[in-house]
Amino acid sequence: MIKAILIFNNHGKPRLSKFYEHYTEDTEQQIIRETFHLVSKRDENVCNFLEGGLLIGGSENKLIYRHYATLYFVFCVDSSESELGILDLIQVFVETLDKCFENVCELDLIFHMDKVHNILAEMVMGGMVLETNMSEIITQAEAHNKMEKSEAGIAGAPARAVSAVKNMNLPEMPKNINIGDISIKVPNLPSFK
Amino acid sequence: MSDVVEKTLTALPGLFESQTGAAKITNRLRQLIKSITELTSKHEEENLIKRELSAIKEQVSSPNTTMKQMREIMVRAMYCEMLGYDASFTYIHAIKLAQQGGVLEKRVGYLAVSLFLNEGHELLLLLVNTVLKDLQSTNLIEVCMALTVVAQVFPKDMIPAVLPLVEDKLSHPKEIIRRKAVLALYKFYLIAPNQVQHIHAKFCKALSDKDPGVMASSLHIYLQLIRESPDSYKDLTGSFVTILKQVLGGKLPVDFNYHSVPAPWLQIQLLRILSLLGKEDQSTSELMYEVLDESLRRAEMNHNITYAILYECVKAVYTIHPKAELLEKAARCIGNFVLSPKINLKYLGLKALTYVVQHDAKLALQHQMTIIECLDHSDFTIKRETLELLFRITNAQNVTVIVEKMLDFLCYVPIKTLTFAPDNSWFIQTMNDVFSIGGDLLQQDDPNNFLRLLAEGKPEEDDQLRLYAVESYLTVLKGHTSHLPQCFLQVMSWVLGEYAHLQESVDRREVIRLLTQLLDQRSVSSETRVWILSALTKIPEGQTDLILDLAESLSSSQDTVLRQQAQELRHLSQDSQLREWVLVENSCAVDSSLSFLDGFVSEALAAGAAPYKPPHQRQEELSLNLEPYSFSLPVSLSSCSITDRQSPTLLSVSSGLSGNSAELSTLILEGVKRVWGKDGYLPQKEATAPPVDEPSAAVQPASQQEAAERIEPRPEPSTQNQDKQQLASSLFVGLGVGSSVSLVRKLFYDGFTASLRGNVMDCLEARSTSVCHYALLMDDPHTNVSLTGTVSYQTQPGHTNTLPFSGTLSTADFIRPLVVTTEEYGKLWLSLSHDVKQNLKLLTDAGDPLRTTLNALKDALQLHVVDIIGSEGIVACRLLSGAPCLLHCRVNGAALAMWLRSPHPALPDFILYHCQRALAHH
Repeated sequence: MIKAILIFNNHGKPRLSKFYEHYTEDTEQQIIRETFHLVSKRDENVCNFLEGGLLIGGSENKLIYRHYATLYFVFCVDSSESELGILDLIQVFVETLDKCFENVCELDLIFHMDKVHNILAEMVMGGMVLETNMSEIITQAEAHNKMEKSEAGIAGAPARAVSAVKNMNLPEMPKNINIGDISIKVPNLPSFK
Repeated sequence: MSDVVEKTLTALPGLFESQTGAAKITNRLRQLIKSITELTSKHEEENLIKRELSAIKEQVSSPNTTMKQMREIMVRAMYCEMLGYDASFTYIHAIKLAQQGGVLEKRVGYLAVSLFLNEGHELLLLLVNTVLKDLQSTNLIEVCMALTVVAQVFPKDMIPAVLPLVEDKLSHPKEIIRRKAVLALYKFYLIAPNQVQHIHAKFCKALSDKDPGVMASSLHIYLQLIRESPDSYKDLTGSFVTILKQVLGGKLPVDFNYHSVPAPWLQIQLLRILSLLGKEDQSTSELMYEVLDESLRRAEMNHNITYAILYECVKAVYTIHPKAELLEKAARCIGNFVLSPKINLKYLGLKALTYVVQHDAKLALQHQMTIIECLDHSDFTIKRETLELLFRITNAQNVTVIVEKMLDFLCYVPIKTLTFAPDNSWFIQTMNDVFSIGGDLLQQDDPNNFLRLLAEGKPEEDDQLRLYAVESYLTVLKGHTSHLPQCFLQVMSWVLGEYAHLQESVDRREVIRLLTQLLDQRSVSSETRVWILSALTKIPEGQTDLILDLAESLSSSQDTVLRQQAQELRHLSQDSQLREWVLVENSCAVDSSLSFLDGFVSEALAAGAAPYKPPHQRQEELSLNLEPYSFSLPVSLSSCSITDRQSPTLLSVSSGLSGNSAELSTLILEGVKRVWGKDGYLPQKEATAPPVDEPSAAVQPASQQEAAERIEPRPEPSTQNQDKQQLASSLFVGLGVGSSVSLVRKLFYDGFTASLRGNVMDCLEARSTSVCHYALLMDDPHTNVSLTGTVSYQTQPGHTNTLPFSGTLSTADFIRPLVVTTEEYGKLWLSLSHDVKQNLKLLTDAGDPLRTTLNALKDALQLHVVDIIGSEGIVACRLLSGAPCLLHCRVNGAALAMWLRSPHPALPDFILYHCQRALAHH
């Protein structure tokens, strides 16, 4: 079972936190800090798994993480999950975000927290992996987005504005999370029927 | 990054000029984030968020705020909560949003609810009706949202309310709905297994669903079910094999491919299920050899996810009944993992090796060099896994090197490896290092095992070891002690108390002084103090003045246990006769007839208690598996019959099962405390008191540390009362025992360690038999608890036989009738909080259906039927020495509407579960 999914940036600022087990609010914050502490001090050339911090259950649980440009994606899972399976699930998650936000970056996660949560809910439900098929996840998420767009008008403007800003030429800005991960290439999406 | 955000945000206002209304609120989120990124200190952030929260507070309570605005506010509140600030005042508004908003608002509302609230939160009750409404909605999106929230946070008590609706969704035309419904039901199964008992057939339908996604989600349930009881699902093996074959054969739509591997996650699940099914079962394993072979063959492409499948496959091959050809292939795969330059794969390779060396240690040899490299790897995780692997291949030749490596790492030394220790001084020195570095991080067992190692040795041989330990501990104690971990202090005080007398040259005053010094330290925990006092009790007489001073100073302690021990200490030091009688130096003497209990037994018998029945007579009524135990009977009898009281035969009995003579028809089981030490019986003040009076510290079964606290040698029975002995031996027939007995108990409960507690009720022994009684209580109900233990005994010195035994207990074994009057029942009913309602089958075969059903339940579960009035009946029961549970039953058409209440949140569920089973089996 997946116990928690955390996303934070290189400075440890939480960008998304989703707990599938109940912890008090204080503990949740401590878990985020502890996890950041554990994950951030790891080099780039070590493996993507490590034992969970004490707060989230110690060696019973594993932290499986990926580091993309400015963001860490950490899944905390118990021993019943497959490490490599989860590692690729993170990849699916990020690729899905990338498709939905068109070159996802840290800003998207901040401004569209609800949307990110909704995408996540299509993948993981109550700690169990619901869907791993990217096109299916996108279909479900799009179904929701369509409603939103139909609402249209002014409320939609900020989203467009952000994407406009993103496409402006800012050299220092990490334009998108580096998807070109070590060995994984983004697959061609099969066409929807 | 903050740079980027800032730049973006400075660019934004230009784009937002024409905004009004809702958009302005959206702007607030931006402003909030912008200001946060500009902050330099945590303090400023706190102030800012506080301001933000008060602004939100104002807005939510304003009647002019529209639903759309509320949505934005909620996102801001979520943001604040994520940063760790309390926005609890918005919770109720999140629920309102989910209740009243349109689809979009609802979605944010539900999301906020699932982020803010946990399963036990009282506000969730307000959401139940909304969820019910949405589950019945014609809008698919609403149904989806409701299912998601149900699987995420839903009050357990309210599951029956939504259950039928969720169940209906299993036959919904839309796959996504079916899939979510399956997962929601799985979640229900995890939190309240009995509630979904009846829908197993539907799970089966989900497994054969035409949509692969639905089938895949049903595997979650099956994996769990099979993990719990593999035997019940053997017949499904064929289906799982067929599914896996189809997946491998590319029969799934191409949508399911991930990097051109067909449905990898599905394959992983299936391989796990198969390995559970094939474990220790040759015929089932044979069914899957072919598909495993195929799976190994297919997974040759070079992508992470194929390795994930390969890993599961290798594990499965080594778990099921072995087949040489497959093992060989799997071993080659492991080689690929271990030798891979990719660090993740190396890690998994080590993990796989750790798993398989148990079956075939030679495999590790092939990879020696890689393992040595990994040992010095810069990655902590890899190192840790390598050490785990080394631990499994430790033997007498390599122990010094391996332990050294382990100490280097982080003092992760399972004591077991040290049984190979080359010499005494190395062993003690290493253990000192382990205890002082690892200290309280060590597993509970480690210090216990160490002490047992010291205690179990033969006097002549191991005195050397003990002497060395005493010497080295005295040196340690003379140095700085404040930084030493508690468990090390405990170990030291036990050893000093027990063996200080072996060392002639040691001044006893010095030992007492050192130990007393520890007592004065503030950092010493009260548990450790108890250990120290026990040690002081054992140090031989002659230092009355020091001891009296100490007892005096402790007699005003706040800790009652300490105070009591101080009293005992005072008495013992003042009354040398008593002391001699109680503390016999070097005594291995044991009151094998347990004559000290005879008074209690005859009293209990006089008071109407049922006489003791030996285990083999009770076997059936208890439905306990005592086979290994009974099996030992002839063996020990034959070997022990030749021994007499003075014989040197050593017999150690680790545990026996029996009922409590005072409550025989019901079950009391399993002791936990060790009351027998090397030096004999360690009497507990309340040896005859009911087990409930024991402090709940006894939840740690087999806690020898507990026991060691109380080590106080017991006297040889001064007089043997023939009559009583005869009574005892006629009452207790059990395991054969010689006269001098040393007992070491090892008993543990598989899986649910914390749910049971108990302690030795009494031990009775006759010339050739010994029976130990344990009382066992269930603090925290579980459907089933399995317990295992071992009996070890010596028929010849130095030759220890060990017999394992195990059994399974269910909640039903711990249910007792609760005798109350109707008025008392009424009062109690109102005071109880946790309730569960469910319809049960009504037995209609004879006469009054209600009465028949209740009687059947009464017979099966030992419930007390308080009263039956018309079509309603009230029934009461309780957990043995635990929480009560009241049942209110009403005939409702052809069903029995059962309403259960208990102060314990989980108890009604389990009782309900057993009622269902009892009625089903009737």
